[in-house]
Amino acid sequence: MNDNSQSNPIQVDVESFPRPEKIPIRFDETWFAYDSVPVVRDINFSIMPGEFAAILGPNGSGKTTLMKLALGLLKPSSGRVLLFGEPSDNFTDWHRIGYVPQRIQTTEYRFPASVREIVQFGAYSGFSFFRSFKHNENSRVDDAMELAGIRELAGRRVSDISVGQQQRMLIARALVRRPDLLVMDEPVAGVDAAGEDQFHSMVRRLNRDLGITIVMVSHDIGAVMREATTCACINQDIVFHGPVHQLDANALSALYGFPVDVLMHDPDHTHR
Amino acid sequence: MCLCMIPTTRIGNLMPEIFQYEFMNRAIVASVLVGVTAPAIGMFLVLRRLSLIADTLSHVAFAGVAVALITKSFTPIVAFIATATAAVSIEELRVRRLLPGDAALAVFLYGALALAVVLISASDGFNTTIFSYLFGSLLSVSMTDLWWMGILALVIVLFLFMFRFELTQITFDPDLAKTNGVRVHMLNLSLAILTAGTITVSMRVVGVLLVGALIVIPVLVSIRVVKGLTLTLIVSSALGVFVAVFGMVISFYADLAPGGSVVLIAISLLIIVEIGALIKRNFFGSSQLMQSSDHTHAHEFHAHGVNESATDDRHSHR
Repeated sequence: MNDNSQSNPIQVDVESFPRPEKIPIRFDETWFAYDSVPVVRDINFSIMPGEFAAILGPNGSGKTTLMKLALGLLKPSSGRVLLFGEPSDNFTDWHRIGYVPQRIQTTEYRFPASVREIVQFGAYSGFSFFRSFKHNENSRVDDAMELAGIRELAGRRVSDISVGQQQRMLIARALVRRPDLLVMDEPVAGVDAAGEDQFHSMVRRLNRDLGITIVMVSHDIGAVMREATTCACINQDIVFHGPVHQLDANALSALYGFPVDVLMHDPDHTHR
Repeated sequence: MCLCMIPTTRIGNLMPEIFQYEFMNRAIVASVLVGVTAPAIGMFLVLRRLSLIADTLSHVAFAGVAVALITKSFTPIVAFIATATAAVSIEELRVRRLLPGDAALAVFLYGALALAVVLISASDGFNTTIFSYLFGSLLSVSMTDLWWMGILALVIVLFLFMFRFELTQITFDPDLAKTNGVRVHMLNLSLAILTAGTITVSMRVVGVLLVGALIVIPVLVSIRVVKGLTLTLIVSSALGVFVAVFGMVISFYADLAPGGSVVLIAISLLIIVEIGALIKRNFFGSSQLMQSSDHTHAHEFHAHGVNESATDDRHSHR
């Protein structure tokens, strides 16, 4: 697109511009309040197709609320959130979305489902009276479990695996859907350093090789600088939004409320 | 006595005494229906830590019984309307965050109990009918009740079969279910109404004070002994039928309150499996730990050939 536009500025490749319905997430003057206390204030930005967008912010800054608004799990107090051009609270095209929450909600310590059963939930495509998992769905489940590195956990009880393994299970569940958009809320919380590295390698591959748009809430500024293409810094309202290479000490200091220095790693030890 | 002269008596003698009474046949059919449905609904409550909703709704059902007895209305219908209204209200209060879940349960439980006590004291006080609803009665199951129970059991089994994938997803994580396209709110309301229905029919057999136990305890036993959601559901219902029928038989021969017998058998089963699990853990626990430790080293993210060994072996026995 850039080459075309530079050689002939009058000819514009209209198809290359994302139409509103193709923009995965668009926050439009979005506000949200719990019991009339604003948690998210006047958020305006879009996450474009193919982006690896990181959401940064201190604890209680509204990051998870923002993700829940994006996924229609919460309804904005005012403004709107569009998911592939549709208001997120009326969105129906759920097969395009993969979601990895911070942790599983079930509090039952003896939840009887096996890891494979939970990953299979990802293959769900709507109500069907005589639903049974078809062969191609089974192979998709196998592939996703292989990619997330949990194939050998298939028969284990969900409650008998570690927090890190539960995260991988949720990622596999999201990948079974072969989503266009993968939303992850602190997906490496509870995962050790080696597992985190492997996780980032996998997400990089999903984004670059498979073209999946990634939105990831994170506390790890280093990982964000290394892996993401764009970054939104949230502290109830937007502090910074732009390409990740423009994220500097000033923006981070404004975000966290104290002076922050950015120390660049030795490029030989980074992945990019 | 010449047997050839009285063939009907001969057949009667060969049959166990319990089947010679029509009211016991009805009570056993009712036990099977209740045994199947109560734990099946219960699985979706227990796994969401909503076990006490059954207890709350059974008290509401009791208030419904009191209203029906005073107004001389058809008891099952009045009790069902009362419990269904309460079930939907509790669900709405929870979803709209107007009251915390446990506080909403407490308000309905005490409110319903107070209403029932006031209504009963305003009429002719406690009588045999009230006692039969409180503790269950072998004699109280009529043929009309049996028809109602059969229809409701059929509706519940059909509902659970049709929406088993959706309900299990909601049970695991409602947010994940919603982003999977599951209609969470509609199904939660349906489950609440069917819970009300289950309680209404179960109270004839085990009584309102103990109906919650039949909804919860077979599920707790099942969770302990099997793995997998569908298997847990099937085993819960099978155990429900076993304890309900066995309890009925014991109460018939020993002349005991059926509700108490059913629940004590269920609790005995739970104690047995928990002790079994404790022994297994103490005697075989160390070898299991070694197995799981071996397991975790094999599970890596495989993207891009990154092969570092994951050391995330901290198990989350919450």
